[in-house]
Amino acid sequence: MAALTREETEALIQEVLEIYPEQAKKDRAKHLAVNDQSLEKSNKCITSNRKSQPGVMTIRGCAYAGSKGVVWGPIKDMIHISHGPVGCGQYSRAGRRNYYVGTTGVNTFGTMNFTSDFTEKDIVFGGDKKLAKIMNEIEELFPLNKGISIQSECPIGLIGDDIEAVAKKANKEIGKPVVPVRCEGFRGVSQSLGHHIANDAIRDWVLENRDGDDSFPTTPYDVAVIGDYNIGGDAWASRTLLEEMGLRVVAQWSGDGTIAEIEKTPKVKLNLIHCYRSMNYIARHMEEKYKIPWIEYNFFGPTKIAESLRRIASHFDETIQAGAERVIAKYQAEYDAVIAKYKPRLQGKRVMLYIGGLRPRHVIGAYEDLGMEVVGTGYEFGHNDDYDRTIKEIGNATLIYDDVTGYEFEEFVKRVQPDLIGSGIKEKYIFQKMGIPFRQMHSWDYSGPYHGYDGFAIFARDMDMTLNNPCWKQVKAPWKTEPANSEAVKAVA
Amino acid sequence: MPSVMLKKNSEGKLVFYVPKKDLEEVAESIEFDSPERWGGEVLLSDGSKYYFEPIAPPDFPITLRAKRVDSGE
Repeated sequence: MAALTREETEALIQEVLEIYPEQAKKDRAKHLAVNDQSLEKSNKCITSNRKSQPGVMTIRGCAYAGSKGVVWGPIKDMIHISHGPVGCGQYSRAGRRNYYVGTTGVNTFGTMNFTSDFTEKDIVFGGDKKLAKIMNEIEELFPLNKGISIQSECPIGLIGDDIEAVAKKANKEIGKPVVPVRCEGFRGVSQSLGHHIANDAIRDWVLENRDGDDSFPTTPYDVAVIGDYNIGGDAWASRTLLEEMGLRVVAQWSGDGTIAEIEKTPKVKLNLIHCYRSMNYIARHMEEKYKIPWIEYNFFGPTKIAESLRRIASHFDETIQAGAERVIAKYQAEYDAVIAKYKPRLQGKRVMLYIGGLRPRHVIGAYEDLGMEVVGTGYEFGHNDDYDRTIKEIGNATLIYDDVTGYEFEEFVKRVQPDLIGSGIKEKYIFQKMGIPFRQMHSWDYSGPYHGYDGFAIFARDMDMTLNNPCWKQVKAPWKTEPANSEAVKAVA
Repeated sequence: MPSVMLKKNSEGKLVFYVPKKDLEEVAESIEFDSPERWGGEVLLSDGSKYYFEPIAPPDFPITLRAKRVDSGE
């Protein structure tokens, strides 16, 4: 099917909106748009980061998910207490594939669930005593932990527990960082506020820990990788490239990260931000307080990697700039071979994306390197500044949907008929049952890494094996196949 | 009275960032921008105006309080 024109896309949006009652229609209309590259600012065409409408199927998460799941969870040598009832922690346990090295349960705790397991009694009488008690238990059972964070679930804010006081007391007793995070799920409209709260907690409780301590030897080439959560090993694939060009990666935030790395971050020369949405707050804070510049980079697909490596290198001297060129040249044969192999199989295929806060724009380059086209994209919890950055990345007349509802997404897909959809687990089976190839772009569908040159090879292979899988020809029921066939069957009968 | 994060971009222009509004704009003009005095009315590239109490030139990046100047809409 040919790409939709601007008018067709606008008509499609109107058609999909038709089903809503007046008020809901008015609200949802603001979140759906047709891309116009001539616009400088996204707020002219799309509204984002607003409360979802009651009654629609939204795919968003909560502030707790943003803090515990995204920012704090991957800090592997700390214990993150899901403070509140047992479910929030248990059902999100180990689901995010943020890989780490270490012995789980001894010196790393990434995939474990620690919870204060609130019951009725704790809601009525308060849970501060219990919290203090479990922190002592943690110290006894897991003495190699390097700190504790308290991730609040909804009831904590509702009953007004003073977790800050408990944290301060525990910090004195056990002599390790104890960080209370006020990330109750009801705060904000999506997980995005959870990222912000988590960033602020790092700012207030961790970042200053080594101010005035110069015992850490620094070099002029120190950088911190921020906002790379090491999904399927992404951060490792990125780190090797940075190290090969001569930089020293002091900290990884927070995939495979440690609290010590975070404390050392104010000593670096440049902060590299991959996930802008979840970590720009802390980068801006460090810029102001420690005068550390920060830049956004993108390690999806060779075009963007080369662009990013050169941009990173431009902040350093000639040795690093030569290093960047050396790295790009070194991997050229490798990624040229990947493109030569997969581009003919994927050329011209059309992709629709609906992901979190970064990938809806970041992965576009990787698809384009493979000759594919992104015909629709949208953020679960992106803000205006994300859409500002998206407008230039995608073609004119591309469909943009913010916080898309289950209904809208299905209708868009039915009409646009993309060759591939990239979204999350909740969307996966709906679209697979509709007979459309699907890749999970949050967890890389249990594959990965996708960052860096190594990741690109895996990305290309995965897209090919999903798109060109013979199973998609078998999806249609035999009695619904071409009439010509049924004629033949009749003739046989 | 929003808190505004101000920094200089690579071209040396002033970048205006209001975290709560996700507003990220380049400043077109600043009323006072001399070695003695900095501040006054700041016009952003999207047409909105903010007012800063004139102070001695600060060391960017910095967070300052600004007043929104009504554009009379």
